[in-house]
Amino acid sequence: MQSTKANYSEKLMQAVFYLSALISIIAVIAICLFLLLRGIPAIGEIGIMEFILNEKWKPTDYPPSYGILSMIVGSTYVTAGAIAIGVPIGLMCAVFLAKFCPDTVYKIAKPAVNLLAGIPSIVYGFFGMEVIVPFLRENFGGNGFSILSSSIILGIMILPTIISISESSIRSVPLSYEEGSLGLGATKEETVFKIVLPAAKSGVFTSIILGIGRAVGETMAVVMVAGNAVMPLDKIKLLKPIRTLTTNIVTEMSYASGLHEESLIATGVVLFVFIIILNTALSLIKTRDAKN
Amino acid sequence: MSKIKIEDVNLYYGEFQALKNINMNIKENEITAFIGPSGCGKSTLLKSLNRMNDLIEGVKINGRMLLDDVDIYKDIDASVLRKRVGMVFQKPNPFPMSIYENVAYGPKTHGIKQRSKLDDIVEQSLRAAAMWDEVKDRLKKSALGLSGGQQQRLCIARAFSVNPEVILLDEPTSALDPISTMKIEDLLVDIKKNYTIVIVTHNMQQATRISDKTGFFLHGEVVEFDDTEKLFSMPENKKTEDYITGRFG
Amino acid sequence: MDVLRRRKTISLILKLTVWFCGILTVGILIYILLFILLRGVPKINMEFLFGEYNSDTLSAFSSVVTTIEMVIISLFISVPIGVFCAIYLTEYAKRGNKTVKVIRLAVDTLAGIPSIVFGLFGMILFVKLLGFRASVLSGICTLSIMILPLIISSSEEAIKSVPDMYREGSLGLGAGRLRTVFRIVLPTAMPGILSGIILAIGRIVGETAALIFTSGTNVLKNPTLDLMASQRTLAIHMYMLASEGLPHSKEMAFATGSILIIIVFLVNYTTTKLAGRIGRLSDE
Repeated sequence: MQSTKANYSEKLMQAVFYLSALISIIAVIAICLFLLLRGIPAIGEIGIMEFILNEKWKPTDYPPSYGILSMIVGSTYVTAGAIAIGVPIGLMCAVFLAKFCPDTVYKIAKPAVNLLAGIPSIVYGFFGMEVIVPFLRENFGGNGFSILSSSIILGIMILPTIISISESSIRSVPLSYEEGSLGLGATKEETVFKIVLPAAKSGVFTSIILGIGRAVGETMAVVMVAGNAVMPLDKIKLLKPIRTLTTNIVTEMSYASGLHEESLIATGVVLFVFIIILNTALSLIKTRDAKN
Repeated sequence: MSKIKIEDVNLYYGEFQALKNINMNIKENEITAFIGPSGCGKSTLLKSLNRMNDLIEGVKINGRMLLDDVDIYKDIDASVLRKRVGMVFQKPNPFPMSIYENVAYGPKTHGIKQRSKLDDIVEQSLRAAAMWDEVKDRLKKSALGLSGGQQQRLCIARAFSVNPEVILLDEPTSALDPISTMKIEDLLVDIKKNYTIVIVTHNMQQATRISDKTGFFLHGEVVEFDDTEKLFSMPENKKTEDYITGRFG
Repeated sequence: MDVLRRRKTISLILKLTVWFCGILTVGILIYILLFILLRGVPKINMEFLFGEYNSDTLSAFSSVVTTIEMVIISLFISVPIGVFCAIYLTEYAKRGNKTVKVIRLAVDTLAGIPSIVFGLFGMILFVKLLGFRASVLSGICTLSIMILPLIISSSEEAIKSVPDMYREGSLGLGAGRLRTVFRIVLPTAMPGILSGIILAIGRIVGETAALIFTSGTNVLKNPTLDLMASQRTLAIHMYMLASEGLPHSKEMAFATGSILIIIVFLVNYTTTKLAGRIGRLSDE
């Protein structure tokens, strides 16, 4: 009697565990489904080519025009800028933490990096608005809200991602490689940069892709520093305002309706596709790693 | 003539004394073997000969170690020293790159950029390590695809590549099968005419097979250092005798 | 000798660069913290913390209460699901199982989805289709899905690090699998699971993009626990204050930012402490 009861609860809980595990799958399917359901008709109505290859975004004009090319380019520039700033600094900082940092400094630097990861986007955005934008305005002219200000803020925001993942992959490079190189007379720095870093490259790539994902998807920090003006392609400049895919959604959703609203959801679909591509790249790296 | 002179060397890891009052002369064009139980200090002494102990925190050394009468801890830059005194480690540790790049890494590091020169060095080093014929058709392939024995010979070739005077080997065959071990032993005997070789080994037969001089280490001290033949046939010290006849411990 | 001098110079430059970037990273953090805290902390007073919201006080009270409400209820939903999912993945699923691969893929995908996309999804499903309107409830539903991958992966890590001998010991004594999981595995994995939960708290507290179209930017005079009310959280409070553009509201944005930073600080401190405990556990 006792054992059948135990058996029964064992079975029941096993089912509960299984169902809980399925929820993630259901959630992903639901997200895809609802986004596509609400986004695809709009893309169909506007025309896919018109939607992603037209630079004119005039949803409230008559007749309206729904082209997001300018935002696709905007997201690309801002992300590229973030990578250009965040990757070198982050990578060097990871090398510092893994190979050069004395224990006493590490006890401060490592929690600092973790704290950097925990600071909310909104605080970064506010900091950018209050510090970086005025700085650019005073030193380079314009109003300061620009690709550059967005890139700087995003560059800082992706630092912890780049640093932690690169650091742990640098740490996992066998010490014997280092010994081999030092034994040949290479200096510590030569060894780290010519042997250790190349051996850690798959972790470094992973960190960069995750950093790109974070930069492409970031919304609130960018909306506060980018200026959010839709720029014709030929007017896009480093020190001029910019609108990205994410900020397009957040600046207009509150008053959009009908096809305008759906085209904003469709913007989300395009963003989602970007993220899926990045995720695929990540799993490719993972499987290649597993093979080696 | 003495290539390396070790005078009154004491080495500490923090509080622990790993080497006690070591005195030793290591001759050119000979193979010198260090034997002794684990933790006796033989590897520690070997590593301090090209300052690989510098990497470990809390290491303190006093006394003098001379290479051609120059103090290696005072008057030579570590990078220059390690170019002159090469090292082969216990576990084969080729870099995760091609066979060619593995051998070319050393000379490149020391400033050789010319492609033809590098090609020459790679070929000569691999020939010297008796593996040119095995790998000449796959120089561009990853070194990690080689067998353990080939990897270790590649590491020896890598050590040759910077044209060293002394080669230190830290139990180079302990991770290898008998055939690979034999190849490496033959190789060492072959090349000793051009180099000074110091080898740490767990395997006493290996010491008798290849070395000219043998040092027996125990608890951080050199118990006995003599011609290999003499040390193994008529050891002066009781402890040495116990160890080589297997009665030790 | 010339080559050696050049190599030494390059090495020195590399070393200095590496140190510089390390110091720069820490410096950026300190700058951000000081910039917000020095101007924000002096502005925090009783009225701001516990007063009624109006255009003078710009009180954060109702936002704080809603933030706490959202944290508690979202965790209530997500933690059991996440931990159970982790249990399934580590304790029950067979190796190489297809479902496991799909679940992992789903968890990874969820983890990579930007907040704004969660916000859109929440708006479509909860706000509109299910008719929850812009409400705390819609916000909670959205957040629960958003933090799920965080809970799952930290729980999975924690459960995986429980030594097999604990399980064998328990099973060997005749305890069932379920009993072993709840009496032995979960208690041992608790610090790791907790640190995942705490990170999730940090994520919820700092979230804006996913909430702006689900729970909305509305602010009530006095706190409410009504799930159907539209009420902003602390982070959105900061966003709204910052985008007002008025000097007074900007000052209060600094104050709100300070509270957020203090919360993040506490979250990080606690997770580090917990992680330290796990480290010691696995050393034993």
